[in-house]
Amino acid sequence: MSSTPQVAPSQPATPNPITAFLAWFGELGIFLWRVLTAAITPPYEFGEFIRQLDEIGSKSLPLVAAAGGAIGVVLALETRSSLVRFGAKSLLPTTIIFSVLTEMGPIITGLIVSGRVGAGIGAELAAMSVTEQIDAIEASAVNPYKLLAATRILACIVAMPLLTLVASSCGVVMGWVADTLIEPISLVHFIDVGFKGAHFKDFLAPTFKTAVYGLIIGSIASFTGMRTKGGAAGVGDAATTSVVLSSLFVILADVILVKLILLIFP
Amino acid sequence: MPVSEVSNTANTGVVDGTQPAIVIEDVTKSFGTQRVLDGVSFHVRRGETLAVLGRSGTGKSVLLRIIVGLQAPDSGSALILGTNMAEADEKALAAARTQMGFLFQHAALYDSLTVEDNVAFPLVHHRQDMSLSEKQERVRNLLHEVGLDGHMNKMPSDISGGMQKRVGLARALALDPVILLLDEPTAGLDPISSGEIDELVLKLQEQHQLASIVVTHDMVSAKTIATRIALMDKGKFVIEGSFDDLQRSDEKFVSQFLHRDF
Repeated sequence: MSSTPQVAPSQPATPNPITAFLAWFGELGIFLWRVLTAAITPPYEFGEFIRQLDEIGSKSLPLVAAAGGAIGVVLALETRSSLVRFGAKSLLPTTIIFSVLTEMGPIITGLIVSGRVGAGIGAELAAMSVTEQIDAIEASAVNPYKLLAATRILACIVAMPLLTLVASSCGVVMGWVADTLIEPISLVHFIDVGFKGAHFKDFLAPTFKTAVYGLIIGSIASFTGMRTKGGAAGVGDAATTSVVLSSLFVILADVILVKLILLIFP
Repeated sequence: MPVSEVSNTANTGVVDGTQPAIVIEDVTKSFGTQRVLDGVSFHVRRGETLAVLGRSGTGKSVLLRIIVGLQAPDSGSALILGTNMAEADEKALAAARTQMGFLFQHAALYDSLTVEDNVAFPLVHHRQDMSLSEKQERVRNLLHEVGLDGHMNKMPSDISGGMQKRVGLARALALDPVILLLDEPTAGLDPISSGEIDELVLKLQEQHQLASIVVTHDMVSAKTIATRIALMDKGKFVIEGSFDDLQRSDEKFVSQFLHRDF
């Protein structure tokens, strides 16, 4: 039968929150299975994927760069006083670079993209759902899971590590700027000192774990948007729910992924 | 005509004027405790237009959604060109849908696409055999057919409700369908725009010899464009026939609907 979002219609309030909680995960699982099977079946929606990559990646770039830079400045200012107090001022470049590249850059990018892209995808697909545009796509014999959800989820997965690289680079550079304004140090020396003893794997896994954040953000936002019913109020709820849930799941995933990375790359 | 006979002939996707393109058999559909369709049966051949009228919330739009496979009936079957929409796999469903054009109640135009891209949407996804220039030519012709030359680059939000319906109609006709489903094509339009839409539907019907179903509240529109009219109440067809048949009916509901005689 139809593969419409009728799969996951908004359910009336159920008296049992545990049942509702489990039902939500069940519907999410069915949704993801449909997206996966649609995504691997030709024809592929390359045009829409590129458009979404631009929408999600390029247009998030300034925000992510600004947030990464701000984190670099704050880290430099905060850690300087602590390290000076303990006579470890020489560790400042290492502290900034390791903090930004291993944790602050990825998580800040995840949360920024959750906010901007999660709300955007959630609201856009919800508006399409309540105005029957998704039904119109399906009535045109085009799979909405492929055209709308798979392209957005894949674009999030691809864009996230790239955005994280930008955020982390801006964080390192702005950390150096903040540091050098207080006590001049060349960028080359800052980076030399900062990366001493570091391995490529130290930064590879933390950067690429953000592909999982992308999967979470794209999936939650698409799922929430495509199951929306109920006019303008429904669209507002979908946008809010997308942001809240994707941010929450990104943080929870971070906890698990950090532990996994430490186990795999001790 | 027996359903099996229809299935066998129509599986080829070729339907002549004597064989029903749409066969609805004893369809029921409930939402919770509310039964909106209660054993509805009818058929529509090419060249015929069936207008379905009834009070709001009587399941008219649900009937169209079942025909296009957006919803499944609780029981009964919707055979579209021989494909049982409730049991068809994705491929068969897609094949049947490419033979159908659906004008949604509020047009359901893709608001991020221009008028041209909206009409081109089915062509882009299903007519890989056409070159870009052929697709553009087809879109221009369709927009000309619905009287919207010169509006190709506008966004849906920049055109009136009546124009949106025309764009929706052009999009519904893009793949040269056998079946046309119109969900309240004149709803929310002024009488002049409604009349223009009616004329347009009649013209398209003559040109393309479609099997059409029009869901409407507009009796004037139904009288103008339909070859048969069905009146729905409490999930059933109360009467199905020509406008004259309806006028001759002794049914109280029919009289109420025709003459607002309460």
